[in-house]
Amino acid sequence: MASLNWFKYASPVAFFPLAGRMIPWFSWAAAILTAVGLYIGLVMAPTDFQQGEAYRIIFIHVPTAWMSMFLYVVMACWSALALGFGTRLSAMMAQAIAPTGALMTFVALWTGAFWGRPTWGTYWAWDARMTSELILLFLYLGVIALRNAIDDPRRADRACAVLSLVGVVNIPIIYFSVKWWNTLHQGSSVSMTAAPQMAAIMVTGMLVMSFAAWFYAIAVVLARLRTIMIDRERGAAWVAGLPEVRNA
Amino acid sequence: MSAPNAAPNAAAGAILPGVRWSLVRDLKIALRSRAELGVQLLFYVIVVSLFPLATTPERTLLATMGPGVLWVAALLASLLSLPRLFAGDHADGTLEQIALSPYPLEALVSGKILAHWLTTGLPVAVLAPLLGIQYAMDAESLIVLAAALLVGTPILSLLGAIGAALTLGLRAGGSLLALLILPLYVPVLIFGAGSVDAVRAGLGAGANLSLLGAGLLVAVVGAPFAAAAAVRIALD
Amino acid sequence: MSEFFAMGGYGFYVWTAYAALAVVLVLEVLAVRARRRAVVEEARLSGPESTTIAPGGNA
Repeated sequence: MASLNWFKYASPVAFFPLAGRMIPWFSWAAAILTAVGLYIGLVMAPTDFQQGEAYRIIFIHVPTAWMSMFLYVVMACWSALALGFGTRLSAMMAQAIAPTGALMTFVALWTGAFWGRPTWGTYWAWDARMTSELILLFLYLGVIALRNAIDDPRRADRACAVLSLVGVVNIPIIYFSVKWWNTLHQGSSVSMTAAPQMAAIMVTGMLVMSFAAWFYAIAVVLARLRTIMIDRERGAAWVAGLPEVRNA
Repeated sequence: MSAPNAAPNAAAGAILPGVRWSLVRDLKIALRSRAELGVQLLFYVIVVSLFPLATTPERTLLATMGPGVLWVAALLASLLSLPRLFAGDHADGTLEQIALSPYPLEALVSGKILAHWLTTGLPVAVLAPLLGIQYAMDAESLIVLAAALLVGTPILSLLGAIGAALTLGLRAGGSLLALLILPLYVPVLIFGAGSVDAVRAGLGAGANLSLLGAGLLVAVVGAPFAAAAAVRIALD
Repeated sequence: MSEFFAMGGYGFYVWTAYAALAVVLVLEVLAVRARRRAVVEEARLSGPESTTIAPGGNA
């Protein structure tokens, strides 16, 4: 019974309204969790002994970094579904995730740099995690660039799916190689983005902000997905029947 | 262009004949335009010569930079020659015929990749030690460099073929190909160039070369499938 | 309150980082909305494709 319902949502026309109902819930959840998380991180959590107030950047750096990696894996999963089952909606999901993933990666890099400057003296230290994050940004931009370069949507779906899967397989290899390179050249120096000794309240703050980031990502990806659906299903009757399309 | 002979079915027994057919064909085509191959090698030599001009002829610094420069230039040379892997056949419709042939597409793609490596990667691997002399690299470093390039350049061809197939026929194909493939090249670059550093540091190149070898095995098994899938996507 | 903004002397770094996140989020949401409006506009203009089903012929 339940499984039948899920497959019903595998078509764009059925999922469109469901996604529309989901977005407000996830948006509000994200907003509330962000408020709570920021309060914990900026107000409640104590000053760090070594890094002073500068450490408070981790409350946004770590969640965005986690999301950047998580979103790529999710995008790869939807890509696998798109290749395996040929479903349009799976491919559209992958298409909707890429820009959000890229932006999360950018913010992770930016906040990491501004954390590094006061703490370790440099905006960019070529440490393993930040360098891998930079390469992850290139991987995202590659998927987006490939999507833009191919006119035929179906070819773009499948090409980007192959690229995403090749990328996701390579990410652990890339991280391993960068870590290898980094330890060879910097010896046992502290990783630039190693977190300070974490009091429980700090961990809580990071977790709350991580969930906030996750729910935000879900909301914005679903919103972008609906836009993609309207764009790609333009000729379909259900699109023409949408209130916002009918009204002037 | 000659079409493949009919008859062999697409069973596993057709793999090696498919590789051989495609390899011989691509080599013949490449050797017809020998000048183009020469130009690619010349590009490699010129790029390698640019770095000292841009930095310093100071020997110790050059020796430190040398492996990295020779490797990065090898990556760029590979990227430069990758578009022609499929583009020529695609332009005159031969690629579609090849895809429809009885040989498995993965085998035909493997043959093409092998031909690409023999005409691009292998010459670079042979040439690099000579150019390494320009970089004041000692004999031991040069030997290790050559070995690493011999193992690593096939990986560049294998991964590059996936990119070439994905970007087949697209407008900004060459630059897009570079954007897609260079991140994937990073581990090869790190372990390849790092092999010389490892030897200099007294650690021996064993670990680096083993990792490259493992990467090569994985690429040999996986890349033809990904590239063939990408070719089919591009042809549909 | 001014201590809060000073962040122990690290105010520039902390607030630039948080500001970057805020700017990216706002821009992303605005971009999705703008794209949505453009796409809806295109959908309105192109209209449903004529199908063989409709009697009398819809545009």
